[in-house]
Amino acid sequence: MAIEILMPALSPTMEEGKLAKWLVKEGDAVKSGDVIAEIETDKATMEFEAIDEGTVGRLLVAEGTEGVAVNAPIMMLVADGEAVPTASASPSPAPAPAAASTPTAPAPAKVATAAVAPIVAASIDGLQGANVAPEGPMGETQSLTLREALRDAMAEEMRGDADVFVMGEEVAEYQGAYKVTQGLLDEFGAERVRDTPITEHGFAGLGVGAAMAGLKPIVEFMTWNFAMQGIDHIINSAAKTLYMSGGQMGCPIVFRGPNGAASRVGAQHSQCYASWYGHVPGLIVVAPYSAADAKGLLKSAIRNPNPVVFLENELLYGQSFEVPTSDDWTVPIGKAKILREGTDVTITAFSLTCRLALEAADALAEQGISAEVIDLRTIRPLDVATIIASVRKTNRLVTLEEGWPFAGIGAELAILAMEHAFDWLDAPVVRVTGEDVPMPYAANLEKLALPNVERIVAAVRQVTYS
Amino acid sequence: MARTARTKAKSPAASNELPSAEVVEQLYRDMLLIRRFEERAGQMYGMGLIGGFCHLYIGQEAVVVGMQTVVRKGDSIITGYRDHGHMLACGMDSNGVMAELTGREGGYSRGKGGSMHMFSKEKGFYGGHGIVGGQVSLGVGLGFAHKYRGDGGCSFAYYGDGASNQGQVFESYNLASLWKLPVVFVIENNQYGMGTAVTRSAAGESLFERGKGFGIPGKKIDGMDITTVMREAAEATAYARENGPFILEMETYRYRGHSMSDPAKYRSRDEVTKMREERDPIESFRARIQKAGLMEEESFKAIDQEVRAVVAEAAEFAQQSPEPDAAELYTDILLDA
Repeated sequence: MAIEILMPALSPTMEEGKLAKWLVKEGDAVKSGDVIAEIETDKATMEFEAIDEGTVGRLLVAEGTEGVAVNAPIMMLVADGEAVPTASASPSPAPAPAAASTPTAPAPAKVATAAVAPIVAASIDGLQGANVAPEGPMGETQSLTLREALRDAMAEEMRGDADVFVMGEEVAEYQGAYKVTQGLLDEFGAERVRDTPITEHGFAGLGVGAAMAGLKPIVEFMTWNFAMQGIDHIINSAAKTLYMSGGQMGCPIVFRGPNGAASRVGAQHSQCYASWYGHVPGLIVVAPYSAADAKGLLKSAIRNPNPVVFLENELLYGQSFEVPTSDDWTVPIGKAKILREGTDVTITAFSLTCRLALEAADALAEQGISAEVIDLRTIRPLDVATIIASVRKTNRLVTLEEGWPFAGIGAELAILAMEHAFDWLDAPVVRVTGEDVPMPYAANLEKLALPNVERIVAAVRQVTYS
Repeated sequence: MARTARTKAKSPAASNELPSAEVVEQLYRDMLLIRRFEERAGQMYGMGLIGGFCHLYIGQEAVVVGMQTVVRKGDSIITGYRDHGHMLACGMDSNGVMAELTGREGGYSRGKGGSMHMFSKEKGFYGGHGIVGGQVSLGVGLGFAHKYRGDGGCSFAYYGDGASNQGQVFESYNLASLWKLPVVFVIENNQYGMGTAVTRSAAGESLFERGKGFGIPGKKIDGMDITTVMREAAEATAYARENGPFILEMETYRYRGHSMSDPAKYRSRDEVTKMREERDPIESFRARIQKAGLMEEESFKAIDQEVRAVVAEAAEFAQQSPEPDAAELYTDILLDA
């Protein structure tokens, strides 16, 4: 039976092309892989190979013809010994129209209506975070530094699950560059507490591969600045594989380490990655403030079957907080926490900036302004419900972060307030952020580049018109 | 059509003798399936049924089919974007692979991955990765998991001559050797990283020697000859399971462009033709089988027909399977905790 050979598409966008040259003539035998024609587009000339075998029955399009539509029949191939179809003896000079018999893909499905966000949600019940139950009561507590709380979280989860291991630079024999992994090597041994060479790209990928195989790695970056070397694996390998595999290939991994500015370490070592990673579907991004939250959230992160970016802060490592003594203490991912209740303005913060927000709230109280302070705790998935409920109560929002303003967390919060609390707002949202500059080294300049209590107070006075 | 159960080849003798008739037949069938599948994929791409990028494996079949003879259940396989051959060789269903190429519900990733992103935990296939070199670090992680669990498994990390120049490949060599991880690095040197010849991209003599500084042994072999691949794969894998990483550089060749939209101006038609005529992995294997009288002409014909039927069914399935439901847009982003 004769086979129609169709004009091929050489790229997804090609609609037509020039049949530049035939490399076979009628009567030639053709086998799979033979080059039969040269096709030209505005971008390139390509060779067109035969897939089917047979004898060239007829060339339907003359060489040199421009504007031949993709999928138009260009040649008839007949089986050996089969009669050549007799319809027309000479190649047609005009491009044939696309054959009706050409197989076509079904029409694309309609865009899901869920992709369009509602402009104003009447109730907060449907907002992200509304269904996440908050943590239970703390019960008996002890005073621990944040550093110790993180260590305890890892140790407890490692005791309970042999698949959990920790790796990174100086995590074992040195006991952690910031002593967060202190004591883990002694308890769990070198197989489960792995010193790596200085090779972030390599060990980020190794960790993700191990997680794809079902282990639960905790990958420590000495600081998040160095994770830039391995960011491809965090985003392209860890975050996207579940989706690209249609749900088959999960990646239960925690990437953790100190984030943001420390103290006079310069531009390459002082950067907040909350909005970078918060941008990526497929990642969970956590940035705790208190030691109790750090412990509870790290335990939740290790147990979570998804890749978690866990942003700590060096300046908080040595700060003491009350932490529950129970091994069962966990804090849910995706739930913000109201650190201080207030009625006149909502201030959102996360990580170290919570301390500033609380100090600012004290200063504001003296001026007769009641500020509600929310610790976001989880950046992605953000607890939109808690934030919006607060804004609808206070009617004003000031956002706080150390990161740069452009496309930052504050920008996201401002649009969320507009989408879900527009009618409740009594003033435009104001952002307090790090300055839009690389971090300077000089002590006075670094101070100017970072948010401080005075700037927060000024922002609140702006939104309260006081 | 269900594929017949795979037959594991016994490690052939040091010489390049052909294995048993039964094994020979299976190897021939597996290589031919990849060839015909890829030809059909190319054709369907030309018809607009397959979108985006589509990197064909034609010419390199002996590499993956030969390597697969030493893969045990529980081992892990990972590769880059030229991955259709690996999936078929490890026993993944051709219907599911082709339907992924057409972006349909019946595809391995339900249409959400495409040509470069398919996975099968059941077959130990960990993808299908689109960032050149990324799979090498991930493959070392798979090897790490085998060692951590002490399950005796081995990781096979495939990559090309192009990826060999990525920094993370060297980081991966270092980690794999430092921790003695069971990893076989399989370099499919098909002579061109996209349009750049190896000689224009890689300093130094041989890619397999790049492990030397890390204490990783390596070997360059003829990747167009399946019995050579089988023999060397057996040795390399035995070494890796016992001692740690090994690098196998396969000299091979892709007949088609880097991807479907490759004008192929960087090499001559004569070069391609010469390679096809003189070193084609399937034709040369067939000639050897014929010479040894291991298979009748009828058997070749029967396999040919069988393979064509499998591919025709895959093509049909891939066109009939519906596009994924619009609700799929929002699934598989995070697993429930």
